[in-house]
Amino acid sequence: MARRALSISTGLGAAAIVIVVALTLGTIVPLLWIAEAPGRIVGADWAVLRFTVVQAFLSAVLSVLFAVPLARALARRQFWGRQALLLLLGAPFIVPVIVAVLGILAVWGRSGWLSDGLGALGLPALDIYGMTGVLLAHVFFNLPLVTRMLLTGWAAIRAEQFRLAAQLGFGPRDMLRHVEAPMLREVLPGAGLVVFLICLTSFAVALTLGGGPRATTLELAIYQSLRFDFDLSRAAMLALVQMGVALAAAILLLGLGRPAEFADALGRVAERYDTGGLWQDRLVIGAALLFLGLPMLAVVARGAPALLTLSASIWEAALRSVTIALAATAICFALSLAIAWVLSTGRAVLAEGMVLIGLTASSLVIGTGLFILLRPIVDPFALALPLTAVVNAVMGVPFALRVLLPAVATVRRGQGQLAASLGLSRGVWLRHVLLPGIRRPAGFALGLVAAFSMGDLGIIALFGTSATATLPLEMAQLMGAYRMEAAAGAGALLLILSFMLFAVFDAGGRYDHAR
Amino acid sequence: MKTVSLTLLATTALIGATHAQSRGELVVYTYDSFTSDWGPGPVVEEAFEAVCDCDLTFVGAGDGAALLSRVQLEGARSDADVVLGLDTNLTARATATGLFADKPAGLPTPDLPIAWTDPIFTPFDWGYFAFVHEADLADVPTSLKALGESDLSIIVQDPRSSTPGLGLVMWVDAAYGDEAAAVWAALADNVVTVTPGWSEAYGLFLEGEADMVLSYTTSPAYHLIAEDDPSKSAAAFDEGHYMQVEVAGILKGSDQPDLAAEFIQFMATDGFQGAIPTTNWMYPAFTPAGGLPDGFETLITPETALLLPADEAEARRAAAIETWRAALSQ
Repeated sequence: MARRALSISTGLGAAAIVIVVALTLGTIVPLLWIAEAPGRIVGADWAVLRFTVVQAFLSAVLSVLFAVPLARALARRQFWGRQALLLLLGAPFIVPVIVAVLGILAVWGRSGWLSDGLGALGLPALDIYGMTGVLLAHVFFNLPLVTRMLLTGWAAIRAEQFRLAAQLGFGPRDMLRHVEAPMLREVLPGAGLVVFLICLTSFAVALTLGGGPRATTLELAIYQSLRFDFDLSRAAMLALVQMGVALAAAILLLGLGRPAEFADALGRVAERYDTGGLWQDRLVIGAALLFLGLPMLAVVARGAPALLTLSASIWEAALRSVTIALAATAICFALSLAIAWVLSTGRAVLAEGMVLIGLTASSLVIGTGLFILLRPIVDPFALALPLTAVVNAVMGVPFALRVLLPAVATVRRGQGQLAASLGLSRGVWLRHVLLPGIRRPAGFALGLVAAFSMGDLGIIALFGTSATATLPLEMAQLMGAYRMEAAAGAGALLLILSFMLFAVFDAGGRYDHAR
Repeated sequence: MKTVSLTLLATTALIGATHAQSRGELVVYTYDSFTSDWGPGPVVEEAFEAVCDCDLTFVGAGDGAALLSRVQLEGARSDADVVLGLDTNLTARATATGLFADKPAGLPTPDLPIAWTDPIFTPFDWGYFAFVHEADLADVPTSLKALGESDLSIIVQDPRSSTPGLGLVMWVDAAYGDEAAAVWAALADNVVTVTPGWSEAYGLFLEGEADMVLSYTTSPAYHLIAEDDPSKSAAAFDEGHYMQVEVAGILKGSDQPDLAAEFIQFMATDGFQGAIPTTNWMYPAFTPAGGLPDGFETLITPETALLLPADEAEARRAAAIETWRAALSQ
C-alpha cells in the first residue's frame, strides 16, 4: 500500500520535472524548427558571453560574501523587530526591476541622496555607472535572498552543538571553524548558484547601470534577435549557450555542496553561549538595513502621492496580478513538492541542475516558443492570463525547489521509515507528516514565488492586451507614455501588494499552532 | 452550457446595441500605448465606428518592433487586417515579408517635411528625434559635434532594443556618414548610460541623472500641455534632425479588404488626426483643419529634416550599430 503510494508520487515527480524542462528548455525547440537558416554565433557574442558570466560570477561572490556576516549576526542576536526585519529582507528581491533601479539611483545616483550629501560637503557626485552599478544592484537584489537561505543553515545547527562548543570554551573563531564553517560549506554553493543563475539573465539592470554597450548581456542579444532582427534560430542558439553555461555551473556547484541536513527551525534563535562581537553584529545589521531599506523607502516615497489618484484600470490590473500570482503559487507548489519528493531520495545533480537552469530561461523565448506551438490549436491571446500563471509557476519552481528540497529530504530521512512501518496512506502522510515538517521553508518559498509572479512582466508583455494587462505591464505602459508619476504610484502599489503576498505566506509558514 | 449561451446572448445584445456591426469586424494590430486609455485608440475607435458600420478592434502587441515580429510569426494566417505603428526603420523589412498589400488609391498627400513615395505604407504621424533638457540649462549645444565636445551628460537608448536608440544611430550616420565613428567617439564620454528602452532613459532624466536625454522635439509639449510645466526644452541641432515616421499598412491576407482601405482613408481625416498631437505626442501626418493644439507653436522646428529611404536605412543599419557599439565600448 505504502509502496504503491510512493511509486505513484515518484511518477508524479518525474512528470513535474518533464513539465518544467519542457517549458523552459523545450520551448527553444520550435524556434529552431521554424527558422530558415541555422543561427550564427559571431565573435562579438563571445565578448558578450564573457561579460555576462563575469558579472554574474562577481555578483554571486559578493552577495554570498556580504550575506555570511549578516546571516551570522541575525542568527545569534535576538532583538526587538527581528521578525519584522526578516520579513523585510524579502522585499528587495520582489521589486520589479525598473522600480528597484530608480530606487537605487535615488540613493546612489548622480543626483541621489548620497551625491547630494557629498555635494553639501563640497565633494563631487558619485558615478556608479559601470560594473560598480551592476554589482551594486545585483547585491541589492540577492543579498536578502542569500541571507534567508543561510539563516536556514544556521537554524539547522543543533542547540547541543552550541552547548558543547560553550563547554569546550570555544571563542568566535573556533566556533566559525568547527561549527559554522561545515554548515556554510554545505549551503553556500547552492545559494551562490541561485544568484549566479539569476544574474546570468540580467538585462535591463546590467545595461541601464552598466553605462553602455560594454555591459551587454546574452539576454539583450536574445531580445534583439527576437524583437528587432526576427532571427529565431540565432535567439535559440543564444538561449542554448546561456543554458549551457547555467548547467555547467549548476553541476559544478551542486557537486561541490554536500547535502545539508536541515531542521525545522527557520527564524528560531538557538540559545547561544558565545556572546562576543555584539557591536560588530549591530554594525552589520545596521549597515544592511540602510543599504536595503533606503532604496525601498525612496520607491514608496516617490509613489505615495500618486497612490491616491490611481485610475480604475490600475486597480483592475492589480486584481488581475494578484489572481495570477495566487494561481501561479498554487501550481508552483504542487510542481516543486512533487519534484522535491523524487529528488530527495538520492543525489540527482543532473536532474536538479536541469530544473535549476529554468532560472535562466528567458520569458521572451518561452513566450515565442509557446506561441509557435499553440497558435495552430488555440488563440494564445485568449489564454494570456492562464498562460502567464503557468509560465510564472514554472519559472518559480527553481526557487521553491532550492528551498523545499533540503526540508523534504530531512523529513523523509527522519520520518520515512516510521511512516512506512505504520503503513500510513499517502494523504495522511502528506497532511500530518510532510506538510507540517516543511511548513517554514514552504511559507518562505511560496511567498517568494507569489511576489515574483506578481512583479514579473514575463510573457504577458507578449500576449497581453489592454484588456488583460497586469500591474507591471500597466506600469510599463504608463512610463512609456510620459506618465512617470502615475507609473511611480503603480510601482509603489506593486511593491506594497507583492510584499503583502510575501508576508502572508512567509508569516503563515512561521505561525505556530501550538502556541 | 446554459451560462455560455446566456453570456453569448448578452454579449451579442451589447454589441448590437452599440454597433450595427452589419459589415463585421476590422482587426487592427498596433503597439500597446496606442490602445491604452490615454492613447489615441479609444478616440479613433469611436470616431471610425460612427461612420464605418462595423466593429473596430485594436489589438495591442508590445512595441513597434514586436508588432512586426508578431505579424511575421503569424504569417499569412494572421487575424489582423491592418497593422498600425511600424516606423520607417521597419518598413523595408515589413515590405520584404511580402505580407502587405498596396495602399489604397486616392489618398491625400501627407504633410511631411520630406516627400512620401512608399507604395505600401501610409504615414499617420511623425516626429523629430532631439535631445531634451531643462529649459534653464546653460550653453545648450547647437550640434551633435558641439555636444560631443561639451561636458554635458546625456542618456541614450540602445539601438538594438529601442526605436529612439536606433533613430540616433541613423541620425549620426545620415549626418556624418564616414565620420560617424569619430562623432560617436567624441560623444562616448558624455554618455552616462544606455538604457534598453525610451521609458527608462526618460525616467532617469526626470530624476536628474543627466543633463539631456534622447527623445523627441515634441516631448516638451507633453509637459507644457498635460502638466502645465514649461520647464523642458529640446535642443535644435545644425546638422538637422533625424525623423521618425509612423505608418500603417493593409495585410494581403485580410478578410476585410474594403473596410481596411476605408480605415486607411479615414486615417488621413480629422477624426483620426485630431487625436494624435495630445495623445501620441507626435505631429499628425495630415494636419487637421483646426491646426495644431496650443502649445505646439512653442516647439523648435528643425531647418533640415533627415531621413534615409527605407531600403537604405535597412542596408546601413547593422554597420551603423556596429560603429556605435565599437565607439561606446572603448
